[in-house]
Amino acid sequence: MSMDAKHVDQPKEFAFDAVSEAAIPAIIATYPAGRQASAAMPLLDLAQRQMARLTGHAWVPRAAMDVIAARLGMAPIRIYEVATFYTMFHLAPVAPHHLQVCTTTPCWLRGSDAVHQACKAAAQSDPALFSVEEMECLGACVNAPVLMINDDVYEDLDGARTEALLVAVKNGVAPPAGSTIGRRGSAPEGGPTTLFMVEAADGAKP
Amino acid sequence: MLSDKDRIFTNLYGMHDWRLAGARTRGDWDGTAAILARGRDAIIEEVKNSGLRGRGGAGFPTGLKWSFMPKQSDGRPSYLVVNADESEPGTCKDRDILRYDPHKLVEGCLIAGFAMGANTAFIYIRGEFYNEYLHLKAAIAEAYEAGLLGPDACGSGWAFDVRVHRGGGAYICGEESALLESLEGKKGMPRMKPPFPAAMGLYGCPTTVNNVESIAVTPTILRRGAEWFSGLGRPKNTGTKIFCISGHVNRPCNVEEELGIPLRELIDKHAGGVRGGWDNLLAIIPGGSSVPMLPKSICDTVLMDYDNLRDARSGLGTAAVIVMDKSTDLIRAIARLSAFYKHESCGQCTPCREGTGWMMRMMNRLVEGRAELAEIDLLEQVTRQVEGHTICALGDAAAWPIQGLLRHFRPVVEQRIKDYQAQTAPRVAAE
Repeated sequence: MSMDAKHVDQPKEFAFDAVSEAAIPAIIATYPAGRQASAAMPLLDLAQRQMARLTGHAWVPRAAMDVIAARLGMAPIRIYEVATFYTMFHLAPVAPHHLQVCTTTPCWLRGSDAVHQACKAAAQSDPALFSVEEMECLGACVNAPVLMINDDVYEDLDGARTEALLVAVKNGVAPPAGSTIGRRGSAPEGGPTTLFMVEAADGAKP
Repeated sequence: MLSDKDRIFTNLYGMHDWRLAGARTRGDWDGTAAILARGRDAIIEEVKNSGLRGRGGAGFPTGLKWSFMPKQSDGRPSYLVVNADESEPGTCKDRDILRYDPHKLVEGCLIAGFAMGANTAFIYIRGEFYNEYLHLKAAIAEAYEAGLLGPDACGSGWAFDVRVHRGGGAYICGEESALLESLEGKKGMPRMKPPFPAAMGLYGCPTTVNNVESIAVTPTILRRGAEWFSGLGRPKNTGTKIFCISGHVNRPCNVEEELGIPLRELIDKHAGGVRGGWDNLLAIIPGGSSVPMLPKSICDTVLMDYDNLRDARSGLGTAAVIVMDKSTDLIRAIARLSAFYKHESCGQCTPCREGTGWMMRMMNRLVEGRAELAEIDLLEQVTRQVEGHTICALGDAAAWPIQGLLRHFRPVVEQRIKDYQAQTAPRVAAE
């Protein structure tokens, strides 16, 4: 994926803004003194989120990597290595709604092809709004097929529900993340087969 | 079937409050100081006696692992690292613990950390679990606020911190030494062993890496006793386990059950049965994508625990059951897994870096049938060349699904090749 970066218009400069700066001390303090290299990944993520916040496109420009290297006292190559190794760091801008479709076997078995198709169609007709990425297992397999839009995972999809979801997202009325057929978390559709006796423990209704 | 009173994860489906107040009503953080007062050795002994085996896939005895940590510090701190980088295809159990029962994990960190002489735990959570990360962070903040963590955790006199590190979307970081490299701010490439993490792990210090589920069950084990836990399940395969049932079942779900439950009972009772009925079953991958698939004839009777599945030449892995009915193109199902391993190979060892790509391209050809029959044996040989010849087990994990396919469904692969050849054979005029 690192290869994409050279075709990208790289901004000449990057600086963490006040919002990001406020978060940095706590991030570095997460790790023992002298081990600030551990903060490389969180700072790359912070830079990517700042880009999303300020430009609408989540990605990490080269200039941001250099700023992070300087901040952590590391050689820039160490930051480039990390940024290019981990797929969650985008080295080129993605659209404001980045559609990450899981197509690994558990999702594929339950129809991720149709979800993928719907996402590709949306990105084709609305490239300023949507971009698509095929993902490896997103870790929500009993709610397959799933689609992650930015930080939120939508579950139990099919082609039609994906299309409806993307229309809602486009109109700025995205539903809350989770099951699109009303399932409760990972419980079986129609209700759990277990955990009836815990109700008494805290009085809450299942 | 496991009784509700013996279930540990009573908020598995998020039906109740996941915050501290709700967690306390489910028994979390109850008498934690008294558990710590039993002392390090007593806690480790209790966990050993419970028979708990690692829930992340390898099944190594958890108490024994803890006992490898140095009893006396040589000046270096000790670390507990929790592996929450759940990314094995089929697996989504830790996600439920992180978002709905985070206090079980945080309390477990304190108890396990204390038992191994660590004052700090790092939880490495996969990057895509962003909302789960927010729950975990909130739970940790509540625990500090209530004095359950911090300089005098639970009033025990033991200082304990829990910190969270987010991953970046690399499956390989679920391998413990790659996870440590990643936590140190590097590419997630596995380390050679020895030295083992208990001698030299995070930042060169003694470290134990445990799966989320292994740590999250320990407070309950210590409260209810090793005898209770070891009374569940089967000998050497004790306790309960969260199973993830995905694929072609009527109602996919996560469910906590006793180890050793028959596979068929698990699916019929909790997942509404196989789509189209049990006789419509073709094959099942019983423990996450890395373990070999089993044909229906074995699924009919196999029990879901470490030893029974090993004897069936598969494995419990993460207990992620991927069900495939008769409509499934098994070759394509496995080819997609080959693509997964190719994508996730870190590229450090040649057999894996080259082998995963080779196996993926070969599998993609087999999906079409565009191959010679002799190439099936060649593919099998290549999987043997990759397996066991790499630093970590990713090479093995890439090889095993293909071996499972060829072991049980070789005729299907042969037929695909013959069909392709029949379609593309040059037509010879009848004479």
